[in-house]
Amino acid sequence: MRFLKDKIISKLMLVFTLASVSLIVVIGVGLYYRSIPILHQSSWHNLLTKSDWKPLKGLFGFYPFIMGTLWVTGIAIIIALPLCVLTSFYLVEYAHPKIKQILIPFVNLLSGIPPVIFGVWGVLFIVPFIQSSIAPHFVEFSTGYSVLAGGIVLAIMIFPLIVSILNEVLTTIPQELKDASLALGTTKWETIKKVIIRKAAPGIVAAAVLAISRAFGETIAVLMVCGNNAVVPHSVFDPGYPLPALIANNYGEMLSIPLYDSALMFAALLLFIIILLFNILSRIILTRLERNLTA
Amino acid sequence: MTSTPHISVQNLNVHIENQHILKDISINIPNKKVTSIIGPSGCGKTTLLKSFNRLLDNTANVKVTGKVLVDGENIYDPDVEVTHIRKKMGLLSQRPYPLPMSIYDNVAYGPRIHGITKRAELDLIVEQQLKATGLWNEVKYRLNASATRLSIGQQQRLCLARGLAVEPEIILGDESTSALDPVSTSIIEDLFISLKQKYSIVLVTHILRQARRVSDYIIFVYMGKIIEFGPTEELLLNPKEELTKEYIKGFIS
Amino acid sequence: MIKRKLEELFFKILMILATIVVVGSFFLIVGTIFVKGIPFMNLDMITKTPGGGFYIGKEGGVLNAIIGSLYIAGGATVLGLVISIPVAFFINLYMKGRRITSDIIRLAFDVLFGIPSIVYGAFGFLIMVYFGIRASLLGGIIAVTLLIIPVLVRTLDEVIRTVPGELRDAALSLGATRWETAKVVLRQIKPGIYTAILLAFGRGIGDVASVLFTAGFSDNIPTSLHEPAATLPLAIFFQLGSPVEEVQGRAYASALILTILVLIITVLSEVMIKKFSKHKI
Repeated sequence: MRFLKDKIISKLMLVFTLASVSLIVVIGVGLYYRSIPILHQSSWHNLLTKSDWKPLKGLFGFYPFIMGTLWVTGIAIIIALPLCVLTSFYLVEYAHPKIKQILIPFVNLLSGIPPVIFGVWGVLFIVPFIQSSIAPHFVEFSTGYSVLAGGIVLAIMIFPLIVSILNEVLTTIPQELKDASLALGTTKWETIKKVIIRKAAPGIVAAAVLAISRAFGETIAVLMVCGNNAVVPHSVFDPGYPLPALIANNYGEMLSIPLYDSALMFAALLLFIIILLFNILSRIILTRLERNLTA
Repeated sequence: MTSTPHISVQNLNVHIENQHILKDISINIPNKKVTSIIGPSGCGKTTLLKSFNRLLDNTANVKVTGKVLVDGENIYDPDVEVTHIRKKMGLLSQRPYPLPMSIYDNVAYGPRIHGITKRAELDLIVEQQLKATGLWNEVKYRLNASATRLSIGQQQRLCLARGLAVEPEIILGDESTSALDPVSTSIIEDLFISLKQKYSIVLVTHILRQARRVSDYIIFVYMGKIIEFGPTEELLLNPKEELTKEYIKGFIS
Repeated sequence: MIKRKLEELFFKILMILATIVVVGSFFLIVGTIFVKGIPFMNLDMITKTPGGGFYIGKEGGVLNAIIGSLYIAGGATVLGLVISIPVAFFINLYMKGRRITSDIIRLAFDVLFGIPSIVYGAFGFLIMVYFGIRASLLGGIIAVTLLIIPVLVRTLDEVIRTVPGELRDAALSLGATRWETAKVVLRQIKPGIYTAILLAFGRGIGDVASVLFTAGFSDNIPTSLHEPAATLPLAIFFQLGSPVEEVQGRAYASALILTILVLIITVLSEVMIKKFSKHKI
């Protein structure tokens, strides 16, 4: 009797597991299915490279939004990656254990802050800052609502992700390897520069890839500070309109204009595919690295 | 022991994580000889070795008191430049750790750090040290290959060549043959025997046969204290202390 | 030699500065929210629902949003647990001996974890349209459940893996079935389960994109699953968009409420994690 119960429960668990895993496929298929109408109307090529966004006329060129996403994400990674690499190196290689113990929780707390709070902060602090202090040096006028603002806010949001992955990668590098270099009379920095960075390089790449994929999908914080103007940005002070913001802003009109809902589902599909690929890529790199280091 | 000691340890006490690992160690390491440190696991042999080139600094929660004099200089003096000390010592660890670069770059690593940049000079050093460790003929046509492609025995010899390239005075070996096959082991042992003409060598080992074959002097450490010290044959055949007798009996029955 | 030391000093300073920026950004953000939000904070905010004209400056509070968020996050967490606990156990206890498959499953959940909430929101919307559900509490719960299942599975998986294999083997060798062993492990990892709950709840309560399409919005506290529900993040978003300064200020106060709530949850979960790992063997 016990064994029957066990069998039933294990079958149930199997069902749940398979259902959850297949969710990936289901989401992908679902989004694709709802995108079909718009794919019938224009080719993939047209949708991705044209810039006309006139839903009422049935024109859906996603190019500005793709560019908006790229600009914002690009700025975020350029800001966050160097800062986080430096921070991780400091925390793992130089910092006193007690300092490390105090600082790391705060980085983790950063990851718990809801995106909308980042957005509010961005509006309160970053946007005016850009408008009054940074932009005047470079351009004639900027409202502050820009891809730069989006990039900065996004950068801070991905700090905890990069730092936590890098910390783990650096801690896994065997102390004996570092000792082998130090024993030859190098300074700690020289060991970092010539040995540790080489060993950690795949990990840095993996962290960057994962962070990029996280940044692509961030919706609300960026939406609140990037200006939501459907034009291709030409400078960091220009407003932008990333894909997630497009979906979020227009869901209301989605059902009243023909093909609009399909277009937005297509945008969601785009995001889904890109993020899927980046995620898998990053995991592969990290697994290979782990096997390499612990071999 | 009439030659001046290369390393002189005076009242060394080491605490790790609040455990008293090395207790009041005082010993003089003889110049240009091979000295083996033997003892049961956990007795502090590796800690003692690591205290010589201050690699102990990297362990968490370490407290060191006492003096370790190398060429008369106390290496634990706060004013001392650590990298300068470490340059004097070559370390060979238990498992070979080739740096993530080519064979050539591994050997040239140390000299480059210390200022030698001319290609011709580096070429000379690389060839010299690879010859000294018997690797030259095996790798001379693939110096640019990654060091990780070598067999473990070859990697360990590479690490030795790498250590010699910075022209140390002292070689430290931490059970450096325990990961190797018998052939590689005897190659390394032979190298130690020939190298003692130029360097003072301190080896940690748990293989008594190796200690007997290779070293001139033996230090027996037990529970963080030096129990006995003397010339190899004397200590092994005629141990003076009870503990030494017990330990050796366990190995040579 | 001096050149080498100077180079090290230079980069060390750079590293410390970077660390200050990264760690400091937390304080900067929380600090700004506090400073801007406290002036507009009053008891009404957390005890009243919006009165008429709330959005143009008149009375009321965000109780509707607070309760709505709690309902949705709570419901989603419960539903999520029901699905995730069996899954986490399945991967660990029932699949021994087939490592590659469990690795692939773990990869799948890592991927699910990385899918942005807007995609879950869009997908949740599709489900609702398919089943004819309107924007409501139910819709919100469905979308957020999908969002937090990967969070739960991942955390539970890590927690179960900390249970030494010997414990499981000991139970199995005594003749216990896999399910009975699972119950033993369950008791062992209780703090870990609380951590998972806290993390998932925190994620669910602060997310916007998933509830944007699916939960609707309302000035009232929902009384049934089919009514639209307000959520704190959305409330903040709407209030912020108002031209009236008083309302914008209320947005800051609402942001403050949400921040405090989430910080408490996060701190609690960190404490739980520490407590849990203290007892690890």
